Amino acid sequence: MTALRAVVARDLGDAVETLATGDPDVRVVAGGTDVMVAVQAGTFRGRALLDIWRLPEPRGVRLEGGVLAIGALESYTDLQRDPLVRAHLPSLVAAAATIGGVQIQNRGTLGGNLANASPAGDTLPVLLALDAEVECVSRSGTRRLSVHDFFVGYRRTALRPDELLVRILVPIPAGERLLFRKVGTRAANAISKVVLAACVRVRDGALESIRIGAGSLAPTPIRLPRTEALLRGRRLDPALADEAGLSVAAEVRPIDDVRSTAAYRRRAAGNILRRWLLELAAA
Amino acid sequence: MTGFVVNGRRVEVETSARPLLDVLRLDLGLTGTKEGCGEGECGACSVLIGDRVVNSCLVPLCQVEGEEVTTVEGLSSGRELSSLQRAFVERGAAQCGICTPGFLLAAESLLRRNGAPTLEEVRVALAGNLCRCTGYVKIYEAVLGASRGEAP
Repeated sequence: MTALRAVVARDLGDAVETLATGDPDVRVVAGGTDVMVAVQAGTFRGRALLDIWRLPEPRGVRLEGGVLAIGALESYTDLQRDPLVRAHLPSLVAAAATIGGVQIQNRGTLGGNLANASPAGDTLPVLLALDAEVECVSRSGTRRLSVHDFFVGYRRTALRPDELLVRILVPIPAGERLLFRKVGTRAANAISKVVLAACVRVRDGALESIRIGAGSLAPTPIRLPRTEALLRGRRLDPALADEAGLSVAAEVRPIDDVRSTAAYRRRAAGNILRRWLLELAAA
Repeated sequence: MTGFVVNGRRVEVETSARPLLDVLRLDLGLTGTKEGCGEGECGACSVLIGDRVVNSCLVPLCQVEGEEVTTVEGLSSGRELSSLQRAFVERGAAQCGICTPGFLLAAESLLRRNGAPTLEEVRVALAGNLCRCTGYVKIYEAVLGASRGEAP
């Protein structure tokens, strides 16, 4: 067996030039926690890896106006330790802490979670609930797109083959509560059965706004627009919590698989939102 | 070529995307690092890159250029075990032993960052390592004991 070839990118320009050649056998690798699993399993399609791990540009977290700009190569460990992320995006910190174990958190990256586009990617419902944008770079320039437009099908993204995802732009929530809950078989090294994230604004006992991201509940990470519309402007009380739980269960499209059943996922997802609303009503 | 330092020794290996695990075991003869699942689930192949613990089965060789890698062979000084290794021996924290090098490196990474961890911090730091003999209690006791410098 010949060793898988590595093309090590020196900087962003170098990486983008390599992608511009359009060779379908060259696949991007960042921390390797998804790509190398496929390599090890023998299911990797391609003959070379374009290694972007050392690129200086897609790193760091910066405050730009009211937006937190997060480098796509920030690892889950970096996110948990970053003072800006900790101060402004506790739900992203919570999600990063539930991914794999320390070994995975030390290598897996936020950009990789997006590009891999698993329906079970734990940070993805969080980014949906936060209305994040992604910034992609190619030889023809830079474009931004909403994370809502990024997941176009099962494990498929709107990223073009010549593009590299470089930053994630998150509007800083002001006066909103960020909620996150993952249900898995165990606390660590477990792929999610259900993930829910929400961004909620409560005023005078009513839900002024709510955005809900959901994972492992459809072929892609999704928002729950019908449930959000049902809740907007409504007074927080136990009856509303029950109604919301039923609405979530009706809106999601889960499957039976090795990790769980569709029926369990509907029930658990509904219960997570129901409990959040009961807690908010009691607060 | 990819040049890096393993346990204080500088090495060069032809650049590729081969898993670091294979390079350590097959090219460099460092067979203390074990292969369990080969897909990042079990932590048996844990090594340190700098002070951070990683699954060496998932790190392509090209990514360790210029890095310092520590394997279980690098914990002891010659035949003298580190205090963490002694704590594992003295507290019976190894049964079949396959997971032990990985647990040692995950614990070493924790103790370099946090010299006085709580039990909960130890559990979180070792959550990426599986022991199929289920010897977790002894392992936690060994890490806590080593951090406190206690005799068993």
